[in-house]
Amino acid sequence: MGEEVNRLQLRKLQQTGAFSLLWFAGAVSVLIMVFVVGYVIMTGFSHLTLDFFITPPRGGLSGEGGISSTIIATVYLVICTLIIATPLGIGAGVFLVEYADNLKSSIIKKFVALARYGVETLAGVPSIIFGLFGYALFVTAMHFGFSILSAALAGSCLVIPVIIRTTEEALKAVPDSYRQASLAMGASRWETIRKVVLPSAVNGISTGLILSAGRIVSETAIFYVTLGGSYRTPTSIMSSGRTMALHVYYLAMETRAFDKAMATGAVLVVLIIIINLVINMISRRLSAKTGS
Amino acid sequence: MTGKQRLESVVKYILLFSALMSILIVVMIGIFTFREAIPAFRDIGIIKLLTGTVWRPGQGQYGILAMIAGSGLVTLGAVVIGVPLALGCAIFLSEIAPPAVRSIVRPSIELLAGIPSVVYGLFGMVVIVPLVRNIDVPGNTGFGLLSASIVLAVMILPTISSVSEYAIRSVPKRFREGSLALGATKWETLTKVILPGAKSGVMSAIILGLGRALGETIAMIMVIGNSVIIPFASSDNPLSIFLSRARTLTGNIAVEINYATGLHESALFATGVVLFALIMIMNSSARMLIGRGKWEKK
Repeated sequence: MGEEVNRLQLRKLQQTGAFSLLWFAGAVSVLIMVFVVGYVIMTGFSHLTLDFFITPPRGGLSGEGGISSTIIATVYLVICTLIIATPLGIGAGVFLVEYADNLKSSIIKKFVALARYGVETLAGVPSIIFGLFGYALFVTAMHFGFSILSAALAGSCLVIPVIIRTTEEALKAVPDSYRQASLAMGASRWETIRKVVLPSAVNGISTGLILSAGRIVSETAIFYVTLGGSYRTPTSIMSSGRTMALHVYYLAMETRAFDKAMATGAVLVVLIIIINLVINMISRRLSAKTGS
Repeated sequence: MTGKQRLESVVKYILLFSALMSILIVVMIGIFTFREAIPAFRDIGIIKLLTGTVWRPGQGQYGILAMIAGSGLVTLGAVVIGVPLALGCAIFLSEIAPPAVRSIVRPSIELLAGIPSVVYGLFGMVVIVPLVRNIDVPGNTGFGLLSASIVLAVMILPTISSVSEYAIRSVPKRFREGSLALGATKWETLTKVILPGAKSGVMSAIILGLGRALGETIAMIMVIGNSVIIPFASSDNPLSIFLSRARTLTGNIAVEINYATGLHESALFATGVVLFALIMIMNSSARMLIGRGKWEKK
């Protein structure tokens, strides 16, 4: 009997040991986050001044100047990318949720399977491959050169799967009774989607767009090979440019101006934190509304 | 057909077209990258390209073995460091963390996923590289495989952790209840019932993480040193191979594409084809494993 008790104690001890290791893993991941984010923000903020935001980089090897032109280039690129990717992404999401399941033609059904495979595959393609593709097709073959246009086209490949997935999620959360009510009143499928389904999914879809904007702000590899890297303020979609993320890279690798790089990096990290908070807020409000 | 019906079917086909855009892009990426790589495959030869140890574009030598070794070793390093931590987090979040703790840990990991890779690279250059430089081995500059593996381990943690957590959570409750009812402790239930049940999902999480690691570019360029050499151990300890500088497949493309011409440019596209193929194989196998690991809902 005593031996039995000992064995049980041993098993419990084993469990305590294992669980403390798991607690440790959870704690370490939080510590890593706090350390990385804290370090970048603390060291970066000590070099931040108002001037930094409103003066353009002066170029040259010292890394002097601020980041005003890179902020403009980033905003410009985000807008252009979303203009290209949003209609395609939302359109695809609407088709996959609203049309794909009640199709009669077997050929179109095969297309749907192909489309689903495409979305999954595209989501796994590494960004440098989008860059390489964009360089070959848009920069070289189509003669768009290193420009906001080339970069936005290549960047849309990165965010289209993001928009499709969030749109699908958002549409699936709209109760079927809405659709049935609208169809029963004589509205056509498209009228139902446009006037009933999409308006009630707008919050969910907007998280996808915000998430995509965040991806463009963070992305470096694609734009390193398609955007050209000029530190001047872009004047048209054919201008070369340099996003904030790209600026961090050039500062760190070419001028070794680590202070300025860290300051720009801190701005990026704060932006990403804000984006995460906004998305969490919207999705929390959504789940409170649908009660799921 | 009335006007309204015509509109309906036009809209439907426009939407179908946008749905097909993704697969179209994938196909175009395949075609374009491969087309540009053909001269390299033809003039250099696939075997020579893949097994050549010297990459000197100026002298017409294009072997990417050093980059394959670099990518392979840095990914191995990231897996050794990152996978135990990521799986630990996944099990912690799905099985033992109280809700209040979970609501701190999970957003932290999500935030790690959102930090731009250029910021990880910068952090690596400023914090990790100087630390690694302290290891006393001849020729160690801090830039190299070890620093890159550490940075990469943090970058793949969110992917592996969230996909595994999902896999562990989808093991049916009745398995756990059955095991506990038989007198197993929570830990025994976890290791002997739940984890084996989530095995294929966890495997696919690790493979997805590997894919992310192979595809990472900017952070790698910033900390790995970018020398085109086959990594070597510079002291008696074979582990010192991780202090060697290296270059990844992705870094090779990014660093040289903007000024490359002719056969050199084609060889870089061939590097892209190799990378694309590797990652496609990994992602498809991960997807198959996820499919196989699904429990029927009851």
